[in-house]
Amino acid sequence: MTTGAATAPGGVRDAGFVSDNENYLKNSSGVLSWMFTLDHKRIGIMYLVGILTSFLGGGLLAMVIRYHLMAPGGATTISNDAYNQLFTLHGAIMVFLFIIPSIPAALGNFLVPVMLGAKDVAFPRLNLSSFYLWVGGAIFFVGALLMNGLDTGWTFYTPYSTSTDTSVVMATFGAFILGFSSIFTGLNFIVTINTMRPPGMTWFRMPLFLWATYATSIIQVLATPVLGITLLLLIAENVMHIGIFDPEFNGDPVTYQHFFWFYSHPAVYIMILPAFGIISELISVHSHKGIFGYRFIAYSSIALALLSFLVWGHHMFTSGMSSVTVVIFSALTFTVSVPSAIKVFNWVATMYKGAISLTTPMCYALAFLFLFTIGGLTGLFLGTISTDLHLHDTYFVVAHFHYVMMGGTVVSFVGGLFHWWPKMTGKMFNEAGGRISALIVFVGFNLTFLPQFLLGNQGMPRRYATYDPEFQWLHQLSSIGAFTLGIGLLVAGLVLLHSLYAGRQAPANPWGGATLEWHCTSPPPFYNFKHAPVVGDPYEFANVHYDEATDNYVFTELPRTLVPEEPVKTPTPAGGQS
Amino acid sequence: MANTALQADPSHDDAGHHDDHEHHENLAHHFDTYEQQFDAGKLGIWVFLVTEVLFFGGLFCAYALYRNLRPDVFAGSSEFLNTKLGAINTGVLLFSSLTMAWGVRCAQLRQHKMLAGMLAATLSCAAIFLGVKAIEYSHKWSMGLLPAGLYTYDPANPHPAGGPNYLLWICAPFAIGLLFVVGWLIIAKIKKDEFKVRVLMPLTVVFACFFVGVQLGTILESGGEGEHAAGDDHHVVAGADGHAEHGDDHAEGRADEHLEDLDQPNNLAIEKADLAGLEVLAQDQSNPGARDTLEALKRQEAVASGSVLQGDQRPVESPTEKRVTATPKQAGVFFSIYYCMTGVHAIHILAGMGVMIWLLVRATRAEFNENYFGPIDYVGLYWHLVDLIWIYLFPLLYLIGK
Repeated sequence: MTTGAATAPGGVRDAGFVSDNENYLKNSSGVLSWMFTLDHKRIGIMYLVGILTSFLGGGLLAMVIRYHLMAPGGATTISNDAYNQLFTLHGAIMVFLFIIPSIPAALGNFLVPVMLGAKDVAFPRLNLSSFYLWVGGAIFFVGALLMNGLDTGWTFYTPYSTSTDTSVVMATFGAFILGFSSIFTGLNFIVTINTMRPPGMTWFRMPLFLWATYATSIIQVLATPVLGITLLLLIAENVMHIGIFDPEFNGDPVTYQHFFWFYSHPAVYIMILPAFGIISELISVHSHKGIFGYRFIAYSSIALALLSFLVWGHHMFTSGMSSVTVVIFSALTFTVSVPSAIKVFNWVATMYKGAISLTTPMCYALAFLFLFTIGGLTGLFLGTISTDLHLHDTYFVVAHFHYVMMGGTVVSFVGGLFHWWPKMTGKMFNEAGGRISALIVFVGFNLTFLPQFLLGNQGMPRRYATYDPEFQWLHQLSSIGAFTLGIGLLVAGLVLLHSLYAGRQAPANPWGGATLEWHCTSPPPFYNFKHAPVVGDPYEFANVHYDEATDNYVFTELPRTLVPEEPVKTPTPAGGQS
Repeated sequence: MANTALQADPSHDDAGHHDDHEHHENLAHHFDTYEQQFDAGKLGIWVFLVTEVLFFGGLFCAYALYRNLRPDVFAGSSEFLNTKLGAINTGVLLFSSLTMAWGVRCAQLRQHKMLAGMLAATLSCAAIFLGVKAIEYSHKWSMGLLPAGLYTYDPANPHPAGGPNYLLWICAPFAIGLLFVVGWLIIAKIKKDEFKVRVLMPLTVVFACFFVGVQLGTILESGGEGEHAAGDDHHVVAGADGHAEHGDDHAEGRADEHLEDLDQPNNLAIEKADLAGLEVLAQDQSNPGARDTLEALKRQEAVASGSVLQGDQRPVESPTEKRVTATPKQAGVFFSIYYCMTGVHAIHILAGMGVMIWLLVRATRAEFNENYFGPIDYVGLYWHLVDLIWIYLFPLLYLIGK
């Protein structure tokens, strides 16, 4: 099955297993030791629990929405007003509470310092406070839900948001607080990556996940304050009618849209950029082959971060901007596709002639490639003015952003969760169960959202509680797909939960990764590294060898040479644990 | 928290830092050197200042947009702002930036008493700033110069009788704070708690400075060119003087002239021809869109002409009458932006004061030295930014009508 134990010259390095009093999960116990922890790993785990709870809540709302849409007049007794609240809360919870913090705050918090070989992020207290800001924002969202609900759509467009009776002020204040949580996380990562890289780790020896996190942090820091002031003005508009956004007081609603999308379009890249980082790691590690076009992937992350600030207008082609503005925004929108395509081509090229292990994380990564490509290509239809006028505010848009947000970010988030789960918890999950979940998610996802492209093209508008009977079969197909998707994610969740008490103990390097987090034990000790680790090329797999005795990958020292020799034969994959 | 202390110790052991532990008491466990710690903090505060600039950037953007749309409103409304008070506040903040920067120098030179003094001076300037601002705000509120939705200013009766005493409400928290600090100081003196006395003495001065600012504002708001300076002190505080006989009535008179121009009929956005066309379209039952548009336009027209007011419907007046008495609702947008910008700025002043009180406590403990002066430096940078934003706010809000 494999080439066997390490034979290369030099010593074999393996972190082995962690002792209980050093294990970050067990070195201190009690609720307070978690609530006041400054350990980035524990904060990451707390984020993970929080955002997965939000994901469950938002997901259940989606299931209710899809069930309601089984029949043209509504399959449930939910009123149209209640339906408005359902889709609003689904969107607001998924965007503000789940997707934006999902990868950066949960996985990023855990991984960034470990990948850097650092002991913690630069500002541990700030890190903990951004978690509690997230909790505070979530409480405001739940409060809005319990009071009068929210029915403005997650975008809080004026003038409706200044005239509706629902709890707009409370929800927007929640989003305002969540914004600060996001800003502080981004600030922390920028400073950590800038000042705490170990000797030898130059910018171009950083893992690509760090590049993606860095690019994401730039957007978080530059765009989120604008959302903050926008929401503050919206609150002021509701409370004392300042007449900036509300047409009743000579305000301009389109100004609100500009302000809002100036944040919320870059926010789309806050959601997708870290997913790109995960995929870069997953594809390289599970293909056991160095990443193709490292610099291009790194630069394209930064390019996307910068371009994301120039294209917000494409959300507003039908809002009554001048036609010149519309054309400029349309042209700028197409530039985004260049760095995105660079990434996809590089990932595919990485797999070419690689020794691909079809492990669970790799299955999710492959699903990502397929779904993100569809999501990206359908974006071109919406960036083109003439087609957008036809497709604007239809199910086509819904399908497009779900392909990118869910097929892209969520699928890669779940893949990354499987990939780093052994590192985070010290437990191996059931491979077969994981792969089955990936398959169900992939099938369910396409069944849900492919019909929605057709629906949108046929003119079905988004956000409607009822529809004409001619759309019924597509809606039913989509709903069945949604339930399948839900079951797939449930299976994934159960596989991970099952591993916590039945999984075998994870070795330090179960996948054969070369980045620094695989140099410490699974789970890492609370100090991460006793001595600053040796920094090498994060995608150099020549000195990573499979050790059959321990079912683990070990690092071997390579003789240092000045001139690259014959490429060292990559070991064939472990073939997973099946 | 005990947990983290536990975590820190073994890591020091492992890194062989234990011998130096006395020396490294202010070095966090995850940093290798003071230099790395300082650099991280410095980069952190600069990135934070970038977010602050963008945060205010949104407000400046709104300002630019609406000033561009309604230049007359901005020029006219700006006359209501008292340039003298703005100038005094600018000077006070500039001086506080000097004392703050001086404080950083003191921290580096281990001049602990001097540092505490500089922080107290900075805090006092901030308190004076807020005191002057309290006068400005309360005066405008009592005149009805409020954000668009609450705007009730009436040129014929600029100083309506009655209404709450806003100044009292703003001053109350500071008065309570002053009493609290003084009380605590007396207790500390009796108990001979030297440390607390050394912290609370400057804090008493700081809270007292707020009232110095209020007094300064009162004198400048009413004094100067006005002939009725004697009675004005009472007037501004109580807001009960019905006549526009105090110092800034020249300015208000000019402001009214500017704003009257806004009520010309040609200021309305709707072309009569368009309306007629829409009315024909709206006759058609199958065209609800046109009907909605027509209603919206009519409503907009009513709002723009000032005949629809939030909450109370005034009878429609003839254009000539209206020019004299009606309130130009559009003027509210200037005050909306004025209150948003200066209000958010004042919140930043308050936040800065909170952090500086914390620094004052630490400076009294003599915690800062040439290796560890980061917190003073970072708060100093923040304070300079708050100062800088005011430097932009002052001309943009106070000087544009001059």
